Amino acid sequence: MHDRLRAGLLIAPALAVFLAFFLIPLGYLAVAGGAGGYSAILTEPRFLRSLISTLLVAAATTVITLFIATIMGLFLARVRFRGRSTLLALLTLPLAFPGVVVGYLVIMLAGRQGLVAEVSLALGGDRIVFAYSLAGLLLGYVYFSIPRTLLTLMAAAEKLDPRLEEAARSLGASPFGVLRDVLLPGMAPAMAAAGAICFATATGAFGTAFALASRIDVLPMVIYTEFTLQANLAVAAALSFLLGIATWAVLALARGASGGAAA
Amino acid sequence: MRRGIGFWTGLCFTLLISAFLILPIFASVIAGVTANQFVGISSGFTTRWILDVWTNYGGTVLLSLQIAFATLAITLLLGVPAAYVLARHAGVTARLIEEALVMPIAVPGLATALGLILAYGAVGGLRSSWYFILVGHVVFCLPFMMRAVLAVLLAIDLHRLEEAARACGATWAQRFFGVVLPNIRGGILAGSLMVVTLSLGEFNMTLLLHTPFTRTLPVGLADAYTALRTEMASAYTLIFFALIVPLLSAMQWVVGRMDQQGGRR
Amino acid sequence: MSIAISLRACGKTWAGGARGLLPIDMDITAGETLVLLGPSGCGKTTLLRLIAGLEMPDAGGQVLFDGKDVTRLPIERRNVGMVFQSYALFPNMDVTGNIGYGLRVRGTPKNEVQKRVAEMLEMMQLTEFRHRSIDALSGGQRQRVALARAIAPRPQVLLLDEPLSALDARLRDQLRQEIDTLLRVLGITAIYVTHDQSEAMALGDRICVMEAGRIAQIGSGRDLYHHPASTFVADFIGDANRYVTQTGEVILRPEELSLRPNPNGAFMITRVTFLGPVLRIMVRHRDGQELRADVPDDVTLQPGMRVEVTVGGAALMNTDPPDLD
Repeated sequence: MHDRLRAGLLIAPALAVFLAFFLIPLGYLAVAGGAGGYSAILTEPRFLRSLISTLLVAAATTVITLFIATIMGLFLARVRFRGRSTLLALLTLPLAFPGVVVGYLVIMLAGRQGLVAEVSLALGGDRIVFAYSLAGLLLGYVYFSIPRTLLTLMAAAEKLDPRLEEAARSLGASPFGVLRDVLLPGMAPAMAAAGAICFATATGAFGTAFALASRIDVLPMVIYTEFTLQANLAVAAALSFLLGIATWAVLALARGASGGAAA
Repeated sequence: MRRGIGFWTGLCFTLLISAFLILPIFASVIAGVTANQFVGISSGFTTRWILDVWTNYGGTVLLSLQIAFATLAITLLLGVPAAYVLARHAGVTARLIEEALVMPIAVPGLATALGLILAYGAVGGLRSSWYFILVGHVVFCLPFMMRAVLAVLLAIDLHRLEEAARACGATWAQRFFGVVLPNIRGGILAGSLMVVTLSLGEFNMTLLLHTPFTRTLPVGLADAYTALRTEMASAYTLIFFALIVPLLSAMQWVVGRMDQQGGRR
Repeated sequence: MSIAISLRACGKTWAGGARGLLPIDMDITAGETLVLLGPSGCGKTTLLRLIAGLEMPDAGGQVLFDGKDVTRLPIERRNVGMVFQSYALFPNMDVTGNIGYGLRVRGTPKNEVQKRVAEMLEMMQLTEFRHRSIDALSGGQRQRVALARAIAPRPQVLLLDEPLSALDARLRDQLRQEIDTLLRVLGITAIYVTHDQSEAMALGDRICVMEAGRIAQIGSGRDLYHHPASTFVADFIGDANRYVTQTGEVILRPEELSLRPNPNGAFMITRVTFLGPVLRIMVRHRDGQELRADVPDDVTLQPGMRVEVTVGGAALMNTDPPDLD
């Protein structure tokens, strides 16, 4: 009994903070939308459109990131070369960059005076500028998604049993067959988990779109605009509540799926 | 190992993506110290932009550091005991509480911030003080501290250690401070570096929670990106990198060392 | 169907410079079962992986299948079947999927794959488990699936890397017999790696004992047991006493020794252990040398008793050197 009391006392402060500053605010958020807020989302095509484009951008980000990170994860998990650890350290740097900084880096890369523009100009072409378009936004989302996804998939690739690959080869499988039948199935749970995090993060991401002053109306930008410029609190609240529930659900589902597959 | 065509294509792909991730960082750093962005590197290097930024935006850096360390102190006090309780209890209740406590990671900061404004925006002077941002950062960072500590608590044989200490006659306080805490130093350190890093870079929430008098570093950066010339924006970004990169390197080092020790056990 | 394998100057040096295998020449006749036997780290698995095509020998080394140089051919094109330590079954496929894999990747028509898999299931008594997932199989069943998977595509050579090491003793015995029968029926050239001498004795037409990256001796089990080329081989195959006589060191098997009570004998019993089928007796000579002897159960033999020791009828140093007596 004494033990339980102590446990209760030790965890109470964390729970209190969670209740007071997360759960109650979330409750306020749910209610503040009101019937007007939620019905506006359904009736005004603007909101539906932004919802759809947000989901599309997030899905594209997830697919591209998984493609890149799977190849790189498999490669980096298997080879040893000089400078590998330095490269890994550099690759994980963007983990700590906020979305705005990533947006700015996209401008450095593909903006009016960006690297791509300078190179294309030097090669005798036009200035290629795509930072402020859909491609730029995608580039930014992929940029901040790669490091985290890469770390997860590299860890998964390192855990693969090398004997499975040898067994497949001994039975005559080509490198592509090994990839299809052994490597990808072995990494599938990690890919599902990493992909879900990628999708959820991209859905809720805000800083990158903000820094790019992008013309694409992703949901977080719409919420911000409704809140600050239009002072349309009801819609902003309703949208962000739905956004929060959606990302939480995606992550919970993925955790359940990958946990079930791993067990 | 034979280095066939697979190796070389893998290497080229990896280097290409690495260039995509790393080059913009270098470009930005160089732009921050280049005398004239339009002329290029040949115009020479200068610290002028950095000093300019510091005069105008130095306050945001200091406020960010203040908030980060306050967040660290609070998450340590709340998160370590909570992780300890969750590690000791295997029941459904404990798992449900754990699940609840990590929820703020899964919900976009924008939504949490909007909720906070709706619930407490009108309470006294809270809205205009830096405590409002602090509250948001604590909510967001607490799960990270808890998870880092919990991971280490689950990796060591906590029960056995505590029983051994008990058998030696140690009271709970003696066990907790003399046996438990020293054995989870690595997790606490990793969690701390994580929290400071996250708090310094937090933007999604802070943009809504801040006021013109409580601007943090990332909020200032966003402002600089839209309002200032490239040199200044880059110099400002450089200051951010200078803060965040050592923290991140330290974190990687700590985690790497913990992995090694875990492997040796 | 089965082929001969030859190794010419096959050595293996690891990236760090460590020698895994000193250059080895070896000929394996078609249809033979060769067992590679040795302690861990002796190079037996490396040798198997060289033959498999999972490792390349150092420059100058050659692997020949029926006289054809296959050194540069990767494993997927050597048409070998391989059974791995701890099986390496594909967890994303069921029993049928695993067994049929080698046929499917070779592009065998679907109905032929089905037919062959059904044959294999029948042969390995796995038919009732054909749709089980790998997780739901016992150790013995997994082993059978691994074997079936390796032989389903009718390989030229079967390579087995400690296939029984993950099983408990009773099951190991049973499966060893099954593998023995299987190898006889298939008549396939087989190379079997193990560190267990009784497995080696039971399965090998010939046994290759390896030590520190080189071949210590190759021969039939009987050869190795009765005429070990070195004390290492003698120690590794069966139980051996090393004993120094006036003429030099001899290797004595415990069961070759017999004891007879004799108050003037040069040996004294120091310990008696009842092992069931035999009585293991430790005796010590006056000069301090010890011997282990396995003799039929006899309650009269007791510690402290003086005995004489004979080997196949001949007395062993029972007449002490005069100056010692």
